[in-house]
Amino acid sequence: MTSHDEFQDLKAAMDAATPAPDAARRADVLARAQANFEATQGSLAAARQSSVPPERRGFFRGAFDMLMTKTTGALTATTALVAVGFLFLSPQGQELLNGPAPLVQEPVTGTLTDDEIAADPEPLPALIAVEEALEVAPEADAPAPPAPSPLTRTTVPSAGEARVQDGDFEALSETGSFVGTLALEQSGEALGQVYSAPGDGAAPGVTQLGAGNSAIIATPADGRIRQGGFDIAPPPAPDTEEFANADDNPLRVVADDPVSTFSIDVDTASYALLRSTLNRGQLPAPEAVRVEEMVNYFPYDYPAPDADDVSPFRPTVEVFATPWNPDTQLVHIGIQGELPAIEDRPPLNLVFLVDTSGSMNEAAKLPLLIQSFRLMLDRLTPEDQVAIVTYAGSAGVALEPTVASDTATISAALTALQAGGSTNGVGGLQAAYDLAAEMTEDGEVSRVLLATDGDFNVGISDPTALEDYIAEQRETGIYLSVLGFGRGNLQDDTMQALAQNGNGTAAFIDTLHEAQRVLVDQLAGALFPIADDLKVQVEFNPEVIAEYRLIGYETRALAREDFANDAVDAGELGAGHSVTAIYEVTPVGSPAQLVAPLRYAADDGASETEFGDELGFISLRWKEPGEDESTLIDFPISATPSEPGTEAQFAAAIAGFGQLLRGNAFLGDWGYEEAIALANASRGDDEFGYRTEAIQLMRLAQSLTQ
Amino acid sequence: MRMNVSDEDLAEAAAGGDGTAFGLLLERCHDRLFALCFRLTGSRAEAEDLTQDICLALPGKLAGYQQRAKVTTWLYRVAVNAATDRRRRAASYTRATEGWGDWEVDRQASAVEASDSLDWLTRAMAGLTPTLRDTLALVLDDLTHAEVAQIMDVSEGTISWRVAEAKKKLRAMREEEEGI
Repeated sequence: MTSHDEFQDLKAAMDAATPAPDAARRADVLARAQANFEATQGSLAAARQSSVPPERRGFFRGAFDMLMTKTTGALTATTALVAVGFLFLSPQGQELLNGPAPLVQEPVTGTLTDDEIAADPEPLPALIAVEEALEVAPEADAPAPPAPSPLTRTTVPSAGEARVQDGDFEALSETGSFVGTLALEQSGEALGQVYSAPGDGAAPGVTQLGAGNSAIIATPADGRIRQGGFDIAPPPAPDTEEFANADDNPLRVVADDPVSTFSIDVDTASYALLRSTLNRGQLPAPEAVRVEEMVNYFPYDYPAPDADDVSPFRPTVEVFATPWNPDTQLVHIGIQGELPAIEDRPPLNLVFLVDTSGSMNEAAKLPLLIQSFRLMLDRLTPEDQVAIVTYAGSAGVALEPTVASDTATISAALTALQAGGSTNGVGGLQAAYDLAAEMTEDGEVSRVLLATDGDFNVGISDPTALEDYIAEQRETGIYLSVLGFGRGNLQDDTMQALAQNGNGTAAFIDTLHEAQRVLVDQLAGALFPIADDLKVQVEFNPEVIAEYRLIGYETRALAREDFANDAVDAGELGAGHSVTAIYEVTPVGSPAQLVAPLRYAADDGASETEFGDELGFISLRWKEPGEDESTLIDFPISATPSEPGTEAQFAAAIAGFGQLLRGNAFLGDWGYEEAIALANASRGDDEFGYRTEAIQLMRLAQSLTQ
Repeated sequence: MRMNVSDEDLAEAAAGGDGTAFGLLLERCHDRLFALCFRLTGSRAEAEDLTQDICLALPGKLAGYQQRAKVTTWLYRVAVNAATDRRRRAASYTRATEGWGDWEVDRQASAVEASDSLDWLTRAMAGLTPTLRDTLALVLDDLTHAEVAQIMDVSEGTISWRVAEAKKKLRAMREEEEGI
């Protein structure tokens, strides 16, 4: 007797045993479900703030029904109908969402030639082909962007040769015939974006063939089509993304609260995240914006430390007029870390801890990650060692420690990485730390590089428990950096928690450019710490300054007494990194003062002290890497405003941009236009083009706000 | 009118607020869903309750429906999760209520005339772990291993392994019975 028979027997028995549903019960369930549906729909519609009055739904439904019924007809008829549908829908693409017609959502502007139409006489096979594509897609060797998108690839056999043509996109943006964005409501049901072809009435550019095609964006490949940095992708539902943030730092009165303490933050994830959101045509959620991470994304040309500096970094403080308020000043603190000669750097042990869970199976995730690591390999020296640990259902070593010069072995191991299974982040972390400890010899630097889309859904999924584990490991001298990939599921708060506790940085990698920035251009800084637990404390002089607020750093605030407490963890400064912090301060007697001085505490007669020319006093504490005791440097900040340099100006423009995105009330009438002008005027050398890109993002945000 | 519209289109239209589409979709899927629920629970009453739970909660879950998924994939995932939740809740009442586990009791109590094959089915299903049972419940719906993998959010290899494991168990059981 073979096992096959057992199975057939079981199936037959099961089929026989399965009862038919009770008709009355069935009807009851269906009716109640329908009632629930109507109830849900009411609240959804309210939340959407639709401009379409509900009674107009009938109209759309009618159009939908009509199209649905007719799609089995000849293609010519269908195409014409779609064109009609387009006429109905194009004035407010948004309305599509509220109407039930999911007809025109393929984010692909393709062109059908007559021949191709002839070659595809009937739309329905497309559906079947798409379903096949669906099954095939997970196994498909998805190319890394910005190579031809997997979406195009999977749709080619199905959608009547729909093609992405760069020229089309250009033409579209030039003629301004952007029709509408189909999706993007609070509920996060993202559908895609619709373009119409320029000009010629008959809508040949829209290759929607009816019912079948709506499944096209269903390809799990989550295709991203990039053209000139414009990222047209069906945005995934943001429902499961979680962000770490806190309310804006409040205005503080110097007389009550003269001391401000915070830990430096060299993460940049927030900026990369909001860039990807803006490029998708959405404004980022305010809680996804961390102003200090935006400011710190950019390299600044601050004075570097020289032989006279006791610290491995050089702090520079500038005071200048606030761009958005003539009656206040900005105190700009720039900290530039030293860049030790590359050849002097100690050997490096890197353990790539790669999330290979099923959710990583998207072009912007695992394939991009593999590409990113490849880029980085070229920058390693023969003394360095690399190992790869994967984690999914179980953790496994994909590459035993290998010298970095053996690129063939490493490359083969990277290529062999495949996504599948759920995520056991903790098992992977343990394996990676164990391996890193094994590899570490005296004087070497070891780091675990965790690459994930943010999910730790098996084992310890509670961020605090994970934090504790990583904080424990930090004591062994092995640091952890977190690289986030892909949108839709990103647990930004978990990433932040891990990196902060692992003495590392959190970066979000959305494109190969970003991978290059994080892993190649800033390799030294990302991997070699020069100062641990760097804390900043500023005491403001109440005679000069009435009020102050720290811009950003909400998640990095420290208690005043934590400054000198070496047991309290803080951020690390990497080799060659710079860190910027900006205070907005209101001088005493300024009309911008928001809090009136107290009548009784105001004047104790002890004015005209010796500190009248000091705005405040800044102290910095840091530990040499591996040391337990911190060192202190401090110096006064002059109260005389100076003419700001371009670096400080640009930082101020970005800080303004970040506050605009957060909807901060302190900016008054100052808006995107002013931010753009300021950033433009202080672009500096901009060797890598980051600042130019930032200005483009500001423009995008400006148009999205209008 | 709409019988030639795909499930996916209906689900999408429903997610977009079309109540008729939702009704139609449910109408289409109900019986298949009920059959799956039966295979997951092993009892008619349980299956009816589970189907009801799922259907009533479905409007709220529509927002989570991604066009990237086939409707059956999405719906079955909802069903398997609901069955797991239900088992978990039931387990806190009594250890005995573990789906197919109490079938035997039920059956004897209600004196259903059980054919030999039904008898064997019951024993066979009860002899498997809940994970294997759930996997079989899906595989018996003529889904491919890849689809089942997607629904259960594990790799295809895992499903194939589970099916092989289940077959091994079934064979062992059959041999044991025949040996007696």
